[in-house]
Amino acid sequence: MSALAVRDLSLDHGLLHAVRHVSFAVGSGEVVALVGANGAGKTTLLRAIAGAHRPAGGAIELDGVDITAVPAHRRVGMGIALVPEGRRLFAHMSVEENLLLGRMSGRAGPWTLDRVMATFPNLAPRRAARAGTLSGGEQQATAIGRALMSNPSVLLLDEVSLGLAPIAVDRLYQSLAGLMQSGTTIVLVEQDLNRVMRVASRVICMLEGRIVLEGATATTSRDRVTDAYFGLGQARMPA
Amino acid sequence: MINTIIQGILLGGYYALIASGLTFMFSVMRIINLAHGSLAVLAAYALLVLAQSWHINPFLGLLIVLPAMAVLGFLLERLVLERSLRAGQLVPILATFGLAIVIDNLLFEGFGANTRSLGNFIGSLSYDSIELPGGIFVGVLAVGTFAAAVLVLVGLQLFLSFTPFGRAIRATSEDPDTAGLIGIDARLVNGVAAAIALVTVGIAGAALGMRGTFDAYTGGAQLLFAFEAAVIGGVGSVWGTLLGGIVLAVAQSIGAAISPLAFLIAGHGTFLVVLFARLWLAGGIGNLLARRA
Amino acid sequence: MDADAPILVAEGLHKRFGALVVLDGVDLRVGAGEALGIVGPNGAGKTTLLSVLAGAQPPNRGTIRFRGENVTDLSAPIRCRRGLARTHQIPKPFSGMTVFENVYVAATHGGVLARAGAYDRVTDALALCGMLKLANRPAETLGLLDRKRLELARALATGPSLLLLDEIGGGLTDAEASELVETIRELSRRRIGIVWIEHIVHVLLQVAERLICLDAGRIIADGDPRSVLAHRDVVAAYLGGVP
Repeated sequence: MSALAVRDLSLDHGLLHAVRHVSFAVGSGEVVALVGANGAGKTTLLRAIAGAHRPAGGAIELDGVDITAVPAHRRVGMGIALVPEGRRLFAHMSVEENLLLGRMSGRAGPWTLDRVMATFPNLAPRRAARAGTLSGGEQQATAIGRALMSNPSVLLLDEVSLGLAPIAVDRLYQSLAGLMQSGTTIVLVEQDLNRVMRVASRVICMLEGRIVLEGATATTSRDRVTDAYFGLGQARMPA
Repeated sequence: MINTIIQGILLGGYYALIASGLTFMFSVMRIINLAHGSLAVLAAYALLVLAQSWHINPFLGLLIVLPAMAVLGFLLERLVLERSLRAGQLVPILATFGLAIVIDNLLFEGFGANTRSLGNFIGSLSYDSIELPGGIFVGVLAVGTFAAAVLVLVGLQLFLSFTPFGRAIRATSEDPDTAGLIGIDARLVNGVAAAIALVTVGIAGAALGMRGTFDAYTGGAQLLFAFEAAVIGGVGSVWGTLLGGIVLAVAQSIGAAISPLAFLIAGHGTFLVVLFARLWLAGGIGNLLARRA
Repeated sequence: MDADAPILVAEGLHKRFGALVVLDGVDLRVGAGEALGIVGPNGAGKTTLLSVLAGAQPPNRGTIRFRGENVTDLSAPIRCRRGLARTHQIPKPFSGMTVFENVYVAATHGGVLARAGAYDRVTDALALCGMLKLANRPAETLGLLDRKRLELARALATGPSLLLLDEIGGGLTDAEASELVETIRELSRRRIGIVWIEHIVHVLLQVAERLICLDAGRIIADGDPRSVLAHRDVVAAYLGGVP
C-alpha cells in the first residue's frame, strides 16, 4: 500500500484540461520529483492532492484511504501538507505566527518551533519580523517550516527554488537534506534537473497534463528527461 | 463648552461600541453588514421582553441574549453572508440591507409604534450621575458605556493578536485559500467571527436601550452612526474606532450646543469632511479599498 | 517593398518594470511569410516581447520596423490596420455577439473594409479556420478549441501580413492540436508571416521553420528548431546547467 496514490486523476482550469487521467503512486519515505514545462499541470496536481482543487474525475488515496472528497483543511490533520507555489505566507503576520498557524490543525510529532529554527538557522534572528519583510530565501524557509509544523506524513513542495538566488537555493536544499532522509514522503516540483537527479529517487515528467516519463533517477538519463520535457521522440499517449 | 465636550466624549463611547462590531466584520470578512443597527435594536427588544414578561433585569438578560446573538451571528454567516459573498463582493450589502428591512418591519409588527426604553428596568441607574470637579455631572450609564466600549475594543484586539483562534481569524481574513491549505476551516472561522461581531452588537443594543429610547425603526440611525464612526476612525485599529466614535459624538454635541437642529448635521458634515479627506489622501476610492487595515 | 526584405525588424528592445529588466536588448528579424517560433523558460520575457511587438506596451528603448515603416510609436490598433495582428493566450471573444459578428467587427475595423468586402473576408476567414458551421453561434458558448479558432479567424479578418500567436497551443488534446496546427500551416502557405510564442514545444515544431530561445530577456539561440532545442544553453535555461 502506497503512502500516496493518484488514480486516473483529471483536473480542469475553466475550459482547460490541466491534468488528464494521471496515475502514480508514492511509497512511504520516497522522494519523487515532478518536472515539466510551464502549464504541464504540476502545480494543479499538487493543489489537488492537498485538497485545494476539486477533481473532474479520478481519485486520490492516502495510505489506501480515499480522500478525494475530503476538504483541504481536513487533509492537514490527516498528514498532507503543501508548501504552495509562491510561498503564500501571511505577510502581515510574523514568522513565528506563521509557524504557529501551521501547528494548529496538524498532528502530533517531532516538529516544534525550536526544531524549525534549528533546521533553518537563517530564520532564528527573524523570528518576530513580519513575513512580508523577509528575503526570498527566508520566506521559503518559513513556508516550508509552516508546513512541517503540522507534522505531515506527506510533504508537497511546489517550486521552492523559484525566484531565489542560487546560493539561497543551495542553503535551502542543505537544510532539507536531513528531511529528505527522515522517512517523510516527499513530492517536489523542481525546475533544476541536477537537483532532481541528486535528491529524488524517482522522476515523473509531465507534459500538457499527462505523464510522459516515469523512472528511477538512478537509471534515467538527463537526455531522456529533456526529450520528454520538450515532447520530442516520445510515444504520445492518446487524448 | 467643557461640559459639552465631556458629554460628547462619553457619547463617543457608545458610538465606538456600536461601531466595533461593524469594523470587526469588515476587517475580517470584508463584509459591510447593513443590518447591523437593526440587529442591535433586535437585541434591545429581546432584553425588553425578558424584562417585561419575565422580570429579568436587563443586565442578567444579557446572559441569555448575548449567547443567542452569537448563535444568530453564526447562522447569519453560514446561511446568508457566505452565500451572498459567493455571488459577488458587494452582494452581502444587498442581502443585509434586505435583512434590515425585514427585521425592522417584523419588530414593528410585533411591538407596534411605541417608543420603548430599558431605562425603566434598571432602577436609578438610568439617571444616576457622578460629579466631576468643576461642577460637571456625568451619567453613570454614560461612563459605563464608555468603559464597555474600551473593554470590547481592547478585548477584540487582544483576542486577535494573542490567541490561536484570533490568529486563525487574521490568517483567514488575509488569505482564505492558503489558510485552508494549512488546516484552518475558513467557514468555521468566519462563523465564529460573525458570532463575536453579533455579541458586540448585543452589548451595544443593551447600551442603546438603557441610555435612551428605541422603536422598531431606530436601527437605521444606529447603523448610520456606527458607519460614520468607523469611517472617521479608520477600519482596523482599536484606537481608530474609539477615536472615530469620539470625534463624531463631539462634533454632534458641539453642533447641538449651537442649535438643537444642528446635532445631526454637525455629525454628518464631519463624516463627509473626513471621508473626502481620506479619499483625497489615498488617491481615490480604489486605493482606499485596496489598502488593508 | 522588396519581396526578400524582412517584414519585421526589431532592434535593441529594452523593457523594464521598475527594477526588473524583462527585455534586455532583443534584436529580431522575421522574413516575409516566415514561420518563427519563440520559446523560453518561465519569466524569460516571451509574453512581454509579444506585447511590445504588438504595440500593447511601449519599449523603454529600441525600435520596431514593420514592412519598412517605423512603428515603434504607433499604438496596437494602428499596427493592426497596417497588417500586424495578434491573438491572446486566453481567448477573448466578444460575448453577446455571434461568431460571425465577432469576425465582422475585425474585418470592418482592423481590416478597414466596407460592408460587401467585409462579408467576403469574414466567410473566407471562418472557412479557413473551420468555423463556418458555427457562424451563428453565440461566441460565449464555444469550447476551448473553437475559441482559439475564433481568435485566429478574427485576427485573420483584419488582413494581416504578420500574425503574432500568444501560446495558442495550450490545453488542447492531440487531435485538437493537430487541427489547429493544420490551420496555422494554411496561413503560412498563404504567405502570412507567423511569430508564435509557445510552451508546448512539440506542437510549435510542426509549424516553425526557425526557432528563437529567450532567457532572462535575451536571445540565447536562433536557428533551425531541432538544433536550437539541443543547444546546451537552451537546455540549461529550462532545466539547469550540465553538472
